[in-house]
Amino acid sequence: MKNNLLVSIFILMSSMSFSQETFKGMIMDKNNPKDNLGVYGASVYWLNTNVGVTTNEKGWFTIPYKSNYKKLVVSFVGYKTDTITINNLKPIHHFITESNTLKEVSVNAKKSATQKSYLQAQNLVTINSEELLKAACCNLSESFETNPSIDVNFSDALTGTKQIQMLGLTSPYLLITQENIPSIRGAAQAFGLTFTPGTWVESIQITKGAGSVINGFESISGQINAELVKPSRDHKFFLNAYGALGGRLELNTHFNQKVSDKWQTGIYVHGNHRGEKFDKNNDGFLDNPLSKQINVMNRWQYTDAEKGWVSFINFHYLDDDKQVGQIGFNPDTDKGSTTIWGSEIKSKRFETSAKLGYVFPDLPFQSMGLQAAYSNHKQDSYFGLREYDIEHQSFYSNFLFNSIIGDTRHKFKTGLSFTYDKYDEMVKTTPQVNDYNRNETSVGAFFEYAYDNSDDISVTAGIRVDNHNLLGTFLTPRLHVRYSPWEKGVFRTSVGRGKRSANIFAENQQLFASSRQINIGNANGKIYGLDPEVAWNYGVSFLQGYKLFGRKGDVTFDFYRTNFDNQVVVDWENPQEISFYNLDGKSVANSFQVELNQNIIPFFNTRFSYKYYDVNTDFKSGNAAKALQAKHRFFANVSYETSKQENDAHWKFDVTYNWIGKQRLPNTSQNPIQYQLSEYSNSYNLLNAQITKVFSKKFEIYAGAENITNYKQKNPILASDDPFGSSFDTTIVYAPIFGSNFYTGLRFKID
Amino acid sequence: MKKLVLVITVLFLSVSMSAQKKKKNAKVSFDVDGVCMMCKNRIEKAALNSKGVKYALWNVKTHQLNLIIDERKTDAATVQQNIANVGHDTDAFKAPKEVYDNLHGCCKYRDEEIQNDHKKEKQ
Repeated sequence: MKNNLLVSIFILMSSMSFSQETFKGMIMDKNNPKDNLGVYGASVYWLNTNVGVTTNEKGWFTIPYKSNYKKLVVSFVGYKTDTITINNLKPIHHFITESNTLKEVSVNAKKSATQKSYLQAQNLVTINSEELLKAACCNLSESFETNPSIDVNFSDALTGTKQIQMLGLTSPYLLITQENIPSIRGAAQAFGLTFTPGTWVESIQITKGAGSVINGFESISGQINAELVKPSRDHKFFLNAYGALGGRLELNTHFNQKVSDKWQTGIYVHGNHRGEKFDKNNDGFLDNPLSKQINVMNRWQYTDAEKGWVSFINFHYLDDDKQVGQIGFNPDTDKGSTTIWGSEIKSKRFETSAKLGYVFPDLPFQSMGLQAAYSNHKQDSYFGLREYDIEHQSFYSNFLFNSIIGDTRHKFKTGLSFTYDKYDEMVKTTPQVNDYNRNETSVGAFFEYAYDNSDDISVTAGIRVDNHNLLGTFLTPRLHVRYSPWEKGVFRTSVGRGKRSANIFAENQQLFASSRQINIGNANGKIYGLDPEVAWNYGVSFLQGYKLFGRKGDVTFDFYRTNFDNQVVVDWENPQEISFYNLDGKSVANSFQVELNQNIIPFFNTRFSYKYYDVNTDFKSGNAAKALQAKHRFFANVSYETSKQENDAHWKFDVTYNWIGKQRLPNTSQNPIQYQLSEYSNSYNLLNAQITKVFSKKFEIYAGAENITNYKQKNPILASDDPFGSSFDTTIVYAPIFGSNFYTGLRFKID
Repeated sequence: MKKLVLVITVLFLSVSMSAQKKKKNAKVSFDVDGVCMMCKNRIEKAALNSKGVKYALWNVKTHQLNLIIDERKTDAATVQQNIANVGHDTDAFKAPKEVYDNLHGCCKYRDEEIQNDHKKEKQ
C-alpha cells in the first residue's frame, strides 16, 4: 500500500515536471449527437495515475500526456465510465452514454423509458430499467403494469398470481424467454413469471404478433424477452428492500465482482416473505397467500473483445412455498381434513445455462452463437382433497450463425435447435389418481433472411422445419415487413404460424381449487388424448411520430388477429365441470389497440391507450366470447421527473390508471341460486401511484399505493361457506381481491 | 516420384497463395469528404451499391470510410468513383459539379461556411 502510494506520488510528480506534451479532446453526449453539445464537468484521467482534469463548458479538455499513458478514463455522473486506448496525439471526440442506456433505437433529447422501434421489421417495444422502476414491485409478472401492450389479469382467488395476456390470449400462447432461452413454459407456466425478481431484469423486449423463428415454433401471439442484469454492467453492490402493508416483504441484493481481465461474476439473492393473515372480505379465506421464496442466481461473464469471444454461464435455484385456503387452516394438522379447506403449493426449480458467442474479428457482420440450458421444475401441491404434482425436466440447445448475402443490407441467420422435455404429472381427484407422463423431443433447423435498405423498407422472412415426436414434422413460416413512406411514419405487417402442445393441468391449475369435475375429451391424440394447438397470427400496425408545439409524441394503431386451426378448448361453462377438448369449429382472437404517447413539458410524459378485444370460441354449448376477458379497456399513465441536481438528487412521480370494461362470467346457471352469478361483471377502475426520491447516485427511497380507489370483487370465492360442496369455485376472478395496498422501499447502490 | 509430388504440391501451393492475394474479405479504408448524417447515409449507400462491397461504415468526425470488399469483384478505385458519382469527393476522384450542386444545402462540404457551421454545432 505504502509502495503504491509512493509510486503514484512519484508518477504524479514526474508527470508534472515532464508534462510538456498535452493531449486534447472533447466529450459529448451520445444522446445528443445532432447538436453535438459538449459535456461540461466530465472528469478525464489517465488510468492508474492521478493525472486528471475536467472538461470546460464546451466539453473540451486538455490533459498532460506521456507516451506511457495509454488508457484514458472518462467519467461523468449518470453516464457510463469509458476507458479509451490512446495511440497518438490526435484530438479525440468521445461520446459517452447514459448509464442505463441499452440498445440505442432513436436519437432523442431525453430518451424515453419505453422505446418503440421505428427501424425494425417487427413490432417491437423495449422497456428499459427506468420504466421497470415505475412499478416498484416485485417480479416479472408485475413489470408490465405501465405498458398497455400487455394486460395483467388475476388467475384465481387464492394465490393472487398475476397472469399476463397479449392480443387477448393468455401467456401460454406467448413465448417468454430469458436472454433468448425459452424459460416460462411447461410446468413453470402458472407461477413462472413470479420466479424472476424485478431487480434482476435489465430490460424487456415485447414483440407483438408472429415473432422470429429462431427461438422455436411455440409462440403464437407474441414474444417477451427479459434481459437480465449483467455482471459487467450492474452495480458492484445493490440492495433493494420492500415492505407493504399487505404483509409482503422483499429483499434483493446483488454483488458483482471482476475476477480477472476477462471474467466477471455476479451473485443475486432474492427473498420474499408474507406471513400475515388477512381476510378483509370476511369469506373465511386468506385474501393473499402466506408465502416465502428464496431465489439465488450466479452469473459468470467472459469477454475477450480482441478475439471476439463472449460467454455467459448461469446457475439459478429457487424454492417457493405458498399456503392458501381458510384462515384457520394449519398444514401440519389439517392436511387432508374434510372440514377445513387449505392448500399448499411448493415449487423448486434449478436451472443452468451457458452461452458462447463469437464475432469474427475481421468480419463485423459475421458471428455465431451456441446456447444450452437445462432446467428441472418440481411442484408438489394439494388443494383441499385434490393433489397435483408435476416434475418437468427440460433441455434446450440452439446453434446460430449470422452473416450476410452480398452486402450488409441482406443478412441471414441460420441454425439448428434441439429440445427435450420430460413431464411427470400426478393428478389426484379423490378417489381417482391419474399419472400422466410424456416425453417430447424435437429437432429443428431454421433460416431467417432480413433485408434492410437502411431507409424505408425492411423485411424479415423466416422459416423453420421441426421434427417432433408428438407434433410430427412441420413447417413454421413467419414474415414481417416494415415500410416507412414518410418521416417517422411506419407501417408494419406480419403473419406467422405457431404450434404447441397444451399442458392442460399446469396452465389451468386454478381448476384444482374448485369442485369442478375434470373431463378430457378423448380424441386419440398424443397429448392427454388431445391434438396439438395450431394457429396463424396476422397483424398490421401503423406508428407515427410527430411534434406538437415542439413536444414529441407518437401514436400507434395495431390490429391483430389469431385464427386457431386447432385449439385445446378450456370449457368452464358448466359450473360443476371443466372440460378440455379439441376445437370443433372456429376460435379467433381479434385485438385492436390505439396508443398515444405525448411529452407535455420536459420530463412530463403521458401515455394513453384504448384496447378492444373480440375473442370468441365455438364451445360444445355454442359460440361464446372468452370468459373473464374485458372487451374494452382504457389505460393512462402520467409520469413526471424534477430536474436533476448536481449530485443526481431528484423526484419521480408516476400515476397509472386502468379502466376495465365489463367481462362475461362463466355460466353458473346450473348452480343453486345462492351460488349463481350474473352474466357480466361490472366495469371498474384501478389507480396506482408511486413517488421516488433519489437522494444521490447511491441512494433512493420510494413509496406507492396500488388500487387507491380500493376496488374489490365481492365474493371472489363461490360457496366459500361450503368448500367441500359441489359448487365450491375459486376460479371466477375478474377484479382485485385485496383492495388498496401501500408500500415503501429503498435502493442502495455502490459502483 | 516422391520429389515430383513435392514439386507439384509446392507449385500448387504457390499458385493458390497468389490467388489468395485477391482477398474475399479485404479491409479497405480511405477518406471521403462530407459533413453530416445525410452525407453518411448517401456515402454508405453508394458504397454498398457498388458490386462487391459487403460492409461500409463512414465516420462523420474523421471522414474515414471503412469497407470490407471482395477484391475479386471490385477495387477501391471503383468504389471511390461510385461515391464521387453521388456527390462526394475522395482523394482520387472529384464529384461532378452538377451532382455536387444538387446535394442538399446541409451537405455542401466544399463550402467553408457550411463546414464551419457543422464545426460550430460540435462546439
